Amino acid sequence: MAHAHKLEILRGLIKFKSNTQKIWGVLILLSIVTTVEVILGIIKPEPLMVHFLGMKILNWIFIILTIVKAYYITWDFMHMRDETASLRRMVVWTAVFLILYLIFILLQEGGYIQDVYSSGFIKTDF
Amino acid sequence: MSTTVVTTGTEGKTWGGGNEPLKASYGKMMMWFFIVSDALTFSGFLAAYGFSRFKFIETWPIADEVFTHVPFLHGQELPMIYVAFMTFVLIMSSVTMVLAVDAGHHLNKAKVTIYMLLTIIGGLIFVGSQAWEWATFIKGDFGAVQTKGGNILQFVDADGHRVALRDFVVSDAHKERTAHERKNGLWFVSEGTLPTYTVDEVIQGLESHPNVLVRTQDINEHGHKTVLSREESLKQIKTNGKQVVEGANLHVNEYGSPLFADFFFFITGFHGFHVFSGVVINIIIFFNVILGTYEKRKNYEMVEKVGLYWHFVDLVWVFVFTFFYLV
Repeated sequence: MAHAHKLEILRGLIKFKSNTQKIWGVLILLSIVTTVEVILGIIKPEPLMVHFLGMKILNWIFIILTIVKAYYITWDFMHMRDETASLRRMVVWTAVFLILYLIFILLQEGGYIQDVYSSGFIKTDF
Repeated sequence: MSTTVVTTGTEGKTWGGGNEPLKASYGKMMMWFFIVSDALTFSGFLAAYGFSRFKFIETWPIADEVFTHVPFLHGQELPMIYVAFMTFVLIMSSVTMVLAVDAGHHLNKAKVTIYMLLTIIGGLIFVGSQAWEWATFIKGDFGAVQTKGGNILQFVDADGHRVALRDFVVSDAHKERTAHERKNGLWFVSEGTLPTYTVDEVIQGLESHPNVLVRTQDINEHGHKTVLSREESLKQIKTNGKQVVEGANLHVNEYGSPLFADFFFFITGFHGFHVFSGVVINIIIFFNVILGTYEKRKNYEMVEKVGLYWHFVDLVWVFVFTFFYLV
């Protein structure tokens, strides 16, 4: 039961004295990230509406911030940081690989159908 | 000489059994593998949402214009404030859960009890908020007209602000059409509630209010929905208008593509079901803590296992929040 917790986040930039303190630290981090997301979502800064790699830069920022939040929830709330490397890889690599594959095929296909609708001979607006 | 093998000679060696290479108990490991499979289910749903969105990328509803309501603040446009609150509630209940797990490591029964209770309350607030969000979405706000092709035509004033049907359409009190009921018609045929207005009444209202324009689903290059001119508005409604839509259900959706509503109900519904079952499991564990089950075991690992599930629910919400409300 008394296994040790790793008490540093951001690659050792912030070190906490106790596990409880680390939990509150991570909460502050997650709250800041969520607040940034909501503020960006409300004001929608014009310079970030430019398309980059098929999506608006703003949407890329949202997705990256979401993955940052997911990382801290998994690593610190679910104690993935304290599990063995093999358990961690079994869970994370499997999920990440399969999800990326799923996203790739479905979005590729959706984009193709959109292309057929917009440039083909199918009328959708009547 | 004995003919049966009594010892295999592997005791204490790698394959002798009793090894725990992952240093995690069976229960915890199985919870992790369940979470992986559940994560794949949710990503399947979200990727399917992405598929439909990419398919209708030029006409998809803009979430900021759909989820603008906050309880007790009627008639104000406050996009995302309430969802941000819900996200915060769920993250907060994740924090109390992880504090309960931490207290469990120190075998502190009183603290585990309090933190578990706070977690349950957080979960209930979240489920309640989601129910409110659903009710608001189903009820709708402004109303719209659906075309023969299934597209949605909404109404705006000259400044581009949304105009509700009730603000410019007058319902004919002597309408002949009444909703068909099983008791006074074909008993094996039923019909849903009729919309408050008919398309003809909407046309009349539009003709008598020269400042009302029609807004289509098409997103222009500035990221806004296209507003038609006065002549085009009248023409579009008169030639293509088929049905008045108020609110959203699985068939029609006043905010845009019916698929948007379908995925909203399905994904947030499935997530809400997870939160609900998480609350139920938390309550069971909460009573076990009070009864001293884990105190007697000298081991609060059960709290840790439900904690994993609870954090996973939070994790999924983080993604649902991004893909439904932000992106």
